[in-house]
Amino acid sequence: MADHLLFPGGVHPKDGKSISFSMPIQSAPLLEEYTIPLSQHIGTPAQPIVKRGQRVLKGQKIAEATDNISAHIHAPTSGEITSVSKHPITGEMLAMTNCIGPAGHMVSSLVITSDGEDKEGFTLMPIEEWQSIDKKILLERIKEAGIVGMGGAAFPTHVKLNPPQGKRPDTLIINGAECEPFLTADHRLMLEEPEKIIEGILMMKYILGAKTVYIGIERNKPDAIKTMKKHLREGIEVRELRVLYPQGSEKQLIYALTKRKVRMGTLPMEVNCIVQNIGTAFAVFEAIVMGKPLFERITTITGEPVVRPGNWRLRIGTSIGDALKMAGGVKDPEKVGKILIGGPMMGLAQFSLDTPIMKSGSGVTLLNKDEIVQYTSVPCIRCGRCVDVCPMNLMPSTMSIQAMKERFDLLEEWHVMDCLECGCCSYVCPSQRPLVQLFRLGKSHVLKKRQRELEKLKAKG
Amino acid sequence: MSKEDKNIPDHKEILLPDASKLIVSSSPHLHDSGQVAKIMREVALAMLPLVVAAIWVFGLPAVRVLLLCTAFCLSFELISLKLLGKSLKPATDFSAVITGMLLAMNLDANAPWWICLIGSFIAIVVAKQLFGGLGYNPFNPALVARVGLLIGFPDIMTVWSPTTAAQKVSTIDAQSLATPLEIASQSTAAGKELLWDNYFDLFTGNISGCLGETSALAILVGGGYLILRRIIWWQIPFFYILTVAIITGLVNNFVPMATPDALFHILTGGLMIGAFFMATDMQTTPVTRKGGAIFAIGCGVITSVIRIWGAYPEGVSFAILFMNAFTPLIDKMTRVKPFGFWQGESK
Repeated sequence: MADHLLFPGGVHPKDGKSISFSMPIQSAPLLEEYTIPLSQHIGTPAQPIVKRGQRVLKGQKIAEATDNISAHIHAPTSGEITSVSKHPITGEMLAMTNCIGPAGHMVSSLVITSDGEDKEGFTLMPIEEWQSIDKKILLERIKEAGIVGMGGAAFPTHVKLNPPQGKRPDTLIINGAECEPFLTADHRLMLEEPEKIIEGILMMKYILGAKTVYIGIERNKPDAIKTMKKHLREGIEVRELRVLYPQGSEKQLIYALTKRKVRMGTLPMEVNCIVQNIGTAFAVFEAIVMGKPLFERITTITGEPVVRPGNWRLRIGTSIGDALKMAGGVKDPEKVGKILIGGPMMGLAQFSLDTPIMKSGSGVTLLNKDEIVQYTSVPCIRCGRCVDVCPMNLMPSTMSIQAMKERFDLLEEWHVMDCLECGCCSYVCPSQRPLVQLFRLGKSHVLKKRQRELEKLKAKG
Repeated sequence: MSKEDKNIPDHKEILLPDASKLIVSSSPHLHDSGQVAKIMREVALAMLPLVVAAIWVFGLPAVRVLLLCTAFCLSFELISLKLLGKSLKPATDFSAVITGMLLAMNLDANAPWWICLIGSFIAIVVAKQLFGGLGYNPFNPALVARVGLLIGFPDIMTVWSPTTAAQKVSTIDAQSLATPLEIASQSTAAGKELLWDNYFDLFTGNISGCLGETSALAILVGGGYLILRRIIWWQIPFFYILTVAIITGLVNNFVPMATPDALFHILTGGLMIGAFFMATDMQTTPVTRKGGAIFAIGCGVITSVIRIWGAYPEGVSFAILFMNAFTPLIDKMTRVKPFGFWQGESK
């Protein structure tokens, strides 16, 4: 059976989903302040189009995409732009400020102080009869609504739905695997809004002109599979997936559903597949039928230390601290070891409670100190477990030694650039070696080297 | 009081963690809690059936050799780490204990204490620590020690105590016996008479030989445990034994006088313990399963060649050590192809 197809490797980490999966999506209370980073997506950061002190309405565009691979950003509520910073040269007061981003470095952002009225100011008209509308208009709408991939990578959706000339993707894959432990946002959304998701999927199918649509859902969500199957429409199929991390990774998902292998270094487009996330389908629906831009998303706030873990409809720009307050705070602040944006396998550890949750923020996971492994690595004993679990069929054991010896040339030759950074290797390593961590280092070195070579070529003309 | 409050969070002040005390590190933030020491403990556990079999076959002297070797190996591990100025923590990972147990399994039940001492020295100091310790040794330490002793003290290393069962029957108490393999290799015709029909003894281990190699049953139990616990791969023992069976079976089929049949070869000598416990040593064997299979077939071929045509009756230790040397090469040859690998048009 096609839905049993294996991809190489994979692990079964502690899934932790029972903490929050039974909690219905709640709407979040209005906060006093939202900090909205300008770069919430892959590509060029958006440029602010509001001034300091300007009043804005909920849903109003406050920052604009500068080129095609970028996305607009909209105000999560009505209020005033209060962020300040001085232009380094002209001394002019700008509407931008810096805040700590999820990846740990400073990112420019806008701050909105809410006026408490939460007044709507959508400028996009609802489109009811989307079937009879030109695809280009729908694509433009998705771009105007600032929609990006909600699964984590945050690639602008209008770019993904607009394949280059000559490419005709025939398969649209909707990623409902949610293989990342602890996160239940997509699961809840599928249970509560199946019709809207399906409608959103049909819209994307129409835009792409795809023949088949698969919704891939891991077997550990039988209720979601049932609900989605109940609301299915023509041309869409629900496929059950094995429970295996990283099932939700693009290349692995495509292989599991279609048996097509995405060649190294190429995009899914090459095998005529497009993968979109459940949350993205929902956002597309809202943007087209309701004219609502993307300024809120479903986020799971979970973990053993959280008093009331659950799933919230959070506005973009909510800080981790505010999100935690909604969840009743933590049981014992002394015991909290880590706060992650995302889940425990690929999430980013935070050092500040002010970090805002962005369009890609599918979850905030808290881990107790005793749940965390502090690595004390010993030499590789060549047990081969990392080779067994690598979903990309790489050889982490050998590569980690190359990385430690700083032989980044060898690392490149051993395909480090194909590493997904899923962390399976580090997860299983009995020597507790920082494998994926070393590959991240290696990848950045290889990228730098490639950039240098490109510049050299350019200089030569 | 405070416990009651915790149940009603609404009435309580909301607590937030102190951001300055958060731990920050790169993902993944979970680990499957497997550790080197845990793996080694499992291996030690898997060797318990062998220990029991050794005591059953050879009586209490077996315990003496086991304790001596384990103690010597641990001491040498600690001494070397200390002298090399390293942390003493690696000594707690059980690997020295396993080396000691494996070494004892390669010795006679009545081996003198100094043989244990020298063997432990070769295994831990020469074969392991001088190469950099666990993870860096290219050759299986216990086997290096066995071969070192075999070459250095051939008369002691080829004399085997009788089993306790044989002692009861025989009036000559301390008579030394040859292993079935030795008998078979010295005089095939006599061996045939003597041994062809007691396969049951060969299987349960009621024969002369070194401590660990006699009982195929105990090794199957321990090895099966390791495979079930996913510590070792089934490929290595399977292909190793299969290769020996095919080669010796073929030769026996065409020239019956040259060598005993395949089953005899499987049940005697160090083949079983070698296939399950030595050729599966992680550090000295290839990292991929395919590589492991090639390694095992190589071991099988060399073992058979030595057993049939070599000067030594036994070839397992030489075969595994020889193939250990090929491990880097096999690793290079069996490098896995990445998912979606293609050698199409270059950019």
